[in-house]
Amino acid sequence: MTEEKHFVEIRHAKKSFGTLEVLKDINLTVERGQIVGIIGSSGSGKSTLLRAINDLDPLSGGEVWLDGVQVNKSLPHRQYEKHINAMRQQVGMVFQHFNLFPHLTVRDNVTMAPKLLKGISNDEAETLAREQLEHVGMLEKIDAFPSQLSGGQKQRVAIARALAMKPKLMLFDEATSALDPELVEEVNQVMKKLAEEHMTMIIVTHEMDFAASVCDRVLFMEKGVVVEEGPPEVIFKNPEKQRTREFLRKHIEGAA
Amino acid sequence: MDVDLMMRVYPFFLKAAWVTIQLSILTTILGLACGALGAAARLSRFAFLRFLGAAYVSVIRGTPALIQLFILYFGGPQIGIQLDAFEAGVIGLGVNIGAYMTETIRGSIIAIDKGQREAARTLGLSKVQAFRKVTLPQAFRLMIRPLGVNINALIKGTALVAAISVVELTYTAQRYIGSTYKPFEMFLLSGVLYMIIIYGTGRVITWLDRKARIV
Ligand SMILES: Nc1ncnc2c1ncn2[C@@H]1O[C@H](COP(=O)(O)OP(=O)(O)OP(=O)(O)O)[C@@H](O)[C@H]1O
Ligand SMILES: [Mg+2]
Repeated sequence: MTEEKHFVEIRHAKKSFGTLEVLKDINLTVERGQIVGIIGSSGSGKSTLLRAINDLDPLSGGEVWLDGVQVNKSLPHRQYEKHINAMRQQVGMVFQHFNLFPHLTVRDNVTMAPKLLKGISNDEAETLAREQLEHVGMLEKIDAFPSQLSGGQKQRVAIARALAMKPKLMLFDEATSALDPELVEEVNQVMKKLAEEHMTMIIVTHEMDFAASVCDRVLFMEKGVVVEEGPPEVIFKNPEKQRTREFLRKHIEGAA
Repeated sequence: MDVDLMMRVYPFFLKAAWVTIQLSILTTILGLACGALGAAARLSRFAFLRFLGAAYVSVIRGTPALIQLFILYFGGPQIGIQLDAFEAGVIGLGVNIGAYMTETIRGSIIAIDKGQREAARTLGLSKVQAFRKVTLPQAFRLMIRPLGVNINALIKGTALVAAISVVELTYTAQRYIGSTYKPFEMFLLSGVLYMIIIYGTGRVITWLDRKARIV
């Protein structure tokens, strides 16, 4: 059905909440190792699109493909549950509000899913936790509980938790929006590091500078459609569409 | 105040207090079981089970516990349910408090932020795994105190079974008033014993709550 194979492919994605059309025929492709940024004003459907990729918000129409497998294929309920759990293991997701498990230590936050789903031993889990926490610079907090961490630290642990499942694709939904300004950089650094390691990422963000510096491609969304997409140099410096220009002007004024 | 009389009869009151404690423990266990089932029904994805759960809660909370006990104990034999007074007391009170516990347990579960469930699901956990590993452990911690309130009400509620002549603290007080004509002393004695039981239970709840609290 697909002639050329893309790593991630979203075809004719549609989504409505009741009568509200949130996504109107969205198409998006991402190649392995690419980093795609999604920008747009509040309510434009960015989160909904991101969450459709791992079926957290199932689409009303259209298809999502990951590495040659359709994510949202129609299957009987039980089989679908199995299928989607297997797909989700390959896709890491980072939320605006971290969503760390408050009843578990940092270590257990990172190892819970791999232990449960991959049946790794305690020793392997310990190694995995140390490796992943080291990677985000959080090793020294391995025994802490989430409530003992700052926002930036929480988000770095949340990234380590997602990476511990060894995902093929990482989704970031405004990973730094809930952070105090001085904590944004430490999280951005971790994301940049992932970029250097060629992790495939889709990043919803309000931070234009960050998007410009890490993304290979940027999409501007408005009212459920992709208005314009292209390399960051074009989107941020020289956009074609009037609406993109207006958004950027407002956004930069708003931020200043 | 007739202290001598109180000193003479208090061993009988201690025995009665033990019956009240047994009633309370068994009722708590049954109530928790009913509450867990009720909450599971109310949160089920099957409409029929949700209806059953909601019906259970509104019927039980919409009628006096005393009437429920009378129906079970006096009305039961008419429909083939033969229970002695103690059994009827435990079952009646347990099913009754279970309705309140249903709401407590359900409330604690739905109070857990849906982002928690989502985070678990995005890692690849199934619904059941996410519930067991993420939602439930957090809900447990939330429900200890409100369940403590239910248990407090239940202990005081055991006084109702005096009306079907279970020889517990309230019934015992009434019986001794019949022979001594000293209601003040007799009710005071049972009141003090109730308070000790309730205070002790409260301490256990507080201890559990503190132990379970997340850092
Ligand atoms: N579960 C839901 N039920 C109903 N409406 C929803 C739901 N989730 C999102 N919406 C609506 O869909 C629209 C798009 O929401 P979405 O969260 O995707 O926007 P967004 O671009 O991520 O915005 P923001 O920048 O504020 O995060 C909004 O109007 C929102 O109110
Ligand atoms: Mg959003």
